[in-house]
Amino acid sequence: MTGSLARALRVALRSQGGRTGAALLALLALAAVIGPWFLPDPSSIPETLAGPLGPVAAHPFGTDQLGRDVLSRTVSGARISLTVGVFAVAVAMTLGTLVGLVAGYAGGLLDAVLMRLVDAALAIPRLFILLLLVLVWDRIPLPVLILVIGATGWFSTSRLVRGEVLRLRGEPFILAAEALGASPMRIIGHHLLPNVAGPVIVAATLGLGDVILLEAGLSFLGLGVQPPTASWGGMILDARPIVATAPWAALFPGLAIMVTVLAANLVGEALQSALDPRTA
Amino acid sequence: MRWLAGRTLQALLTFLVSVLLLFVLMRLTPGDPLARLEGDSQLSVEETAALRERFGLDQPLAAQLSAFLRGAARGDLGVSIGHYPEQVTSLVGARLPATLLLGGTVLLLNFTLGTWLGVLQARRRGSALDRWLSRLSLAGYAMPSFWLGMILISMVSVEWQLLPAAQMRDPLIAPDAPWATRWLDVARHLVLPAVTLAIVTIAGTMRYQRTAMLQALRQDYVRAARARGLTERRVIWGHAWRNALFPMLTLFGLWLPILVAGSVFVESIFNWPGLGALTAEAVATRDYPVLMGTAMLTSALVILGGLVTDVGYFLLDPRVREP
Repeated sequence: MTGSLARALRVALRSQGGRTGAALLALLALAAVIGPWFLPDPSSIPETLAGPLGPVAAHPFGTDQLGRDVLSRTVSGARISLTVGVFAVAVAMTLGTLVGLVAGYAGGLLDAVLMRLVDAALAIPRLFILLLLVLVWDRIPLPVLILVIGATGWFSTSRLVRGEVLRLRGEPFILAAEALGASPMRIIGHHLLPNVAGPVIVAATLGLGDVILLEAGLSFLGLGVQPPTASWGGMILDARPIVATAPWAALFPGLAIMVTVLAANLVGEALQSALDPRTA
Repeated sequence: MRWLAGRTLQALLTFLVSVLLLFVLMRLTPGDPLARLEGDSQLSVEETAALRERFGLDQPLAAQLSAFLRGAARGDLGVSIGHYPEQVTSLVGARLPATLLLGGTVLLLNFTLGTWLGVLQARRRGSALDRWLSRLSLAGYAMPSFWLGMILISMVSVEWQLLPAAQMRDPLIAPDAPWATRWLDVARHLVLPAVTLAIVTIAGTMRYQRTAMLQALRQDYVRAARARGLTERRVIWGHAWRNALFPMLTLFGLWLPILVAGSVFVESIFNWPGLGALTAEAVATRDYPVLMGTAMLTSALVILGGLVTDVGYFLLDPRVREP
């Protein structure tokens, strides 16, 4: 199965969309990692208040109303967004896969109860669940933000995984493993898990974009990443009063969100059609 | 009939469980919604205790839940903290029409423009037009709605002074002005928020319609219609599209949550007096009862959307009814 996953990855990267998306994501990650060495401190406020300055050679993206460099804030926002995105998606996929595997393989009452709960949770938009959870903290710490976003993102994945497990349960190789006396743990971990990896990876890539948008939205409401840490949503919030006079302060973080989410979705779609050519 | 009753019961059960989940979520807060007031030097310990009793927060959790459910069944969701002493239900009711107007307009835009573009893409599958429409709609989907709204305001309202940037009505237009004036005024205010929401959501409709149409175009009856020498227009819209509309029903159910969640940001950027803006306000003032109210209404809408979709399939498509 890992062989076919690697093949799907190769096919996905050969498609134009997949290649573009992967290249953009790699570029963003590179900028996020090495950018801070070359750029001014994102939170340094100059002694003489410069106000919002338009793009010039020293500040290619201009500065915000406190005179902070928008380029270095955008790059350090990339660090935050990608970190939150990757870890929150990892949490969500782990939870979703676990619940899906257990519900699908155990069946019966456990399955029924879990899926009823998932149905009900899916009926509440994720943003509302997040708002109720995030409000608990006055200034939410970053690790908690990641956990909370991850904990609200596994419902549809668990349904997806459960569906795959139900499909696989009657397959000869599972029946054979059962007949040979393999324990449920071994069947789940050794036989089912590798076979649901494909759809989960697609869901993870597509979920990355959603998480980045959600984090930006929460930060825009002042509930996500807390200042002075630079985040894209927080930068747009800060730039709101000066958007008419200094549009660059809002323009660049927004473009950064758009490019990142677009890149993640392009890769996700390329992977999806590589794994399941019917959807193309 | 049995099926219909079963499906409705299932929807009700789902709603009940989601209300339960919401209630538990609300009370996950360390302490309770009033815990914040405790550090407030303006209030004495006795006063917070009195408030707690007033809101029933001194009761055990199960008693609170049953009181809440009994109230909710009567249409009483409690009192707003931010807009004290207004009822949550009356607040939500007052804000609902604006959201329905905005959401309805966006749905209309999506289902006309989005479907048309999706059909266009399917007819020219693989062409440059198809590819570029996909890319553009994906780019729209990747934009944060609040950012797009801000950019549109700074361009269309501030720079070009074409359309109003906020609110739903011009306060300078008298309420007894001719209805055409008033309607035109609301319509002018509606353009920017509706366009913003449509841009960030239209990708879903286009994609769905494109896939459904591609499938329909492969069917035998389309080939038969072509063989009979019907005009391309008749073949596409009269034969293929009519069948490619069925899958769009599913989309209708998926729409509601996206629109409601999107309206939280778009309505607050444009000061549109709807449920989304109310939710954003409730977040700012930690108004838990109002948040609970909007979240409950939203999940009711989502479940209702799913139910309507399933019933629609059942009534319209005989294939679903066959065992």
